[in-house]
Amino acid sequence: MTDQQINSETRLRLYRLMRECRELEQRAYDLFMQNLVKGTSHLGLGQEAVAAGFGAAMNADDYTFCTYRGHNHTLVRGVAMDAILGELMGRECGLMRGKGGSMHLTSVEHGVMGSYAIIGAHLPVAAGAAWSAQYRGTQQVAVCFFGDGTTNIGAFHEALNFAVIWNLPVIFVCENNKYMEYTPIEAVTAVANPAADRASAYSLDPILIDGNDVELVYRTASEAIARARAGKGPSLIEAQTYRHGGHSRADPGKYRPDEEVAAWKARDPLDAHRAKLVEAGVDEETIDLIDAQVMSAIDEATETAKASPPPPREIAYIDVWADGGVEWRC
Amino acid sequence: MALLSYREAVAAAIAHEMRRDESVVFLGEDIAAAGGVFKTTGGLLEEFGEKRVRDTPISEQAILGAAMGAAMTGLRPIAEIMFSDFFAVCWDIIANQVAKSRYMTDGQFAFPMVVRSANGAGSRFGAQHSQSLENWAMMVPGLKVVAPSCAADVKGMLCAAIRDPDPVLFFEQKSLYGTKQEVPDGEHVVPLGKAAVLREGGDVTIAALAAMVPRAMAAAEQLASEHGVQATVIDVRSLVPLDTTTIFESVSATGRLVTVEENPRLCGWGAELSSLVAEELFWDLEGPIVRVTTPHIPLPAADNLEDEVLPGPARIVEAVTKLVD
Repeated sequence: MTDQQINSETRLRLYRLMRECRELEQRAYDLFMQNLVKGTSHLGLGQEAVAAGFGAAMNADDYTFCTYRGHNHTLVRGVAMDAILGELMGRECGLMRGKGGSMHLTSVEHGVMGSYAIIGAHLPVAAGAAWSAQYRGTQQVAVCFFGDGTTNIGAFHEALNFAVIWNLPVIFVCENNKYMEYTPIEAVTAVANPAADRASAYSLDPILIDGNDVELVYRTASEAIARARAGKGPSLIEAQTYRHGGHSRADPGKYRPDEEVAAWKARDPLDAHRAKLVEAGVDEETIDLIDAQVMSAIDEATETAKASPPPPREIAYIDVWADGGVEWRC
Repeated sequence: MALLSYREAVAAAIAHEMRRDESVVFLGEDIAAAGGVFKTTGGLLEEFGEKRVRDTPISEQAILGAAMGAAMTGLRPIAEIMFSDFFAVCWDIIANQVAKSRYMTDGQFAFPMVVRSANGAGSRFGAQHSQSLENWAMMVPGLKVVAPSCAADVKGMLCAAIRDPDPVLFFEQKSLYGTKQEVPDGEHVVPLGKAAVLREGGDVTIAALAAMVPRAMAAAEQLASEHGVQATVIDVRSLVPLDTTTIFESVSATGRLVTVEENPRLCGWGAELSSLVAEELFWDLEGPIVRVTTPHIPLPAADNLEDEVLPGPARIVEAVTKLVD
């Protein structure tokens, strides 16, 4: 797929999705600093291109599996902003009415099949959903996002091998943001490219891309998804990107050299894509209008979430079982 | 009716459910072509084909993760974990993912899946292939936990487990695989959460699970013939849901409870049952609640050592006579 095949509508959509991710995460950070978001929060600021590129390439009934850093991946599937912010804030309007929190955003109706907070767990689960799609003959694919740190846990290797031997329609997407929590990934990994360099161990092609180039992500995603839909099996994609902030909460990420942070911020995926749009002849006003629309939507969602009451206490006592109950004796 | 072994009842149940429901699929190590390392799943590959009966690598996280992913998207997977001891390498999927994901997503998911596993001692396999781990599962909210003691219950409870809309951990006691019993042909479903009263007597209630059930029955016969003590024996069968109605009715009548557990002493299912009885039936009791368990040690391998530490009829008889005296 060449540059020309991405039409202008899609290019603008990619920009809008990234802008929504950026501003929603920034708002989540602000709300955390105001103590309106409790617990923890892992932001994807700087990594928007990966979520946006895949989100735009997926069909509405495809499956997304993401990590605790999953706000972007949830948003790009069409989940409402107030439901995401409400969940972070523990409000009744939250996506799961406050029962899951920031690390577990899930919206089955949008194909967001969970955000998983134990490293590696969701790779085999995504393989299982892909197996189910294959068994049922639905043409759905599963896209599974994870970080560079995940490549060093057993479930990664079990899931890769399993997906290949069963030829499953699943795309494993490693967002290599260079840091395993607080530790540089290169300091704890036997290979330079933690996912791509392992691909050959599972007879997969190594795919290493600039994860800040949203159009490249979109094209790579489209190819891998088409391949999976055509019954040609799984892909493993390593997208190189960078976290603008720290690992979680209010971590300032001071373990990273200033010049490194500055160099990556200079490669901001939004700035880069905006420049590309302008170069292609999109006028600045059109882009500014998108920015303004996104900000307005986020302000509105913030007000909705703030106005939403805490969830009713009764819901603590429902839905352990499929019948809605929690009883363990009879 | 047909005379089936406990192991044959496993395949009979799976085949019965696979015939009636296309969404039932089965995966695990050596379960298809080899028919299972305990020969519990022979003939399933031949009847249902490799699309539905699938061998996996030695990848327990992948097996259970795949089952979870399949269950959340419309299938009814049955996964086999060859020995329950292997749950230690894939417990995240069970305890953190499957058990919690319905609750924490405000009911968006259901997980109609069964995880079968060979559990328990009696086969001289030593400490890492003989444990009774049903109590690990019992402590995690969101899991149903059952352990049949006979072939008819294997078929009936496994069929019920496969039809259940929630995740069920199905513990098969490996030393019982060779035991035989008349098992109903065709439709035979034993609802989960129902204890079975196998023998009635007015002096004491003995509650047992899986391989401890035949031992409790042998002890009860000995208590009657040699000591004039009449025992009720209850096969608990299901730990979650726990049939406290049936058990409490019996303990209220006899005033005495002895649990017989294969697990090591601390935090066995009998401890929970004892606590419930102490809280809710205290004034009906005529003596202390007594737990007969394996001591709090790993299991040794040699014949005589394994026999030494597992609860047997003699220890049960001793515990009961001491209590009744």
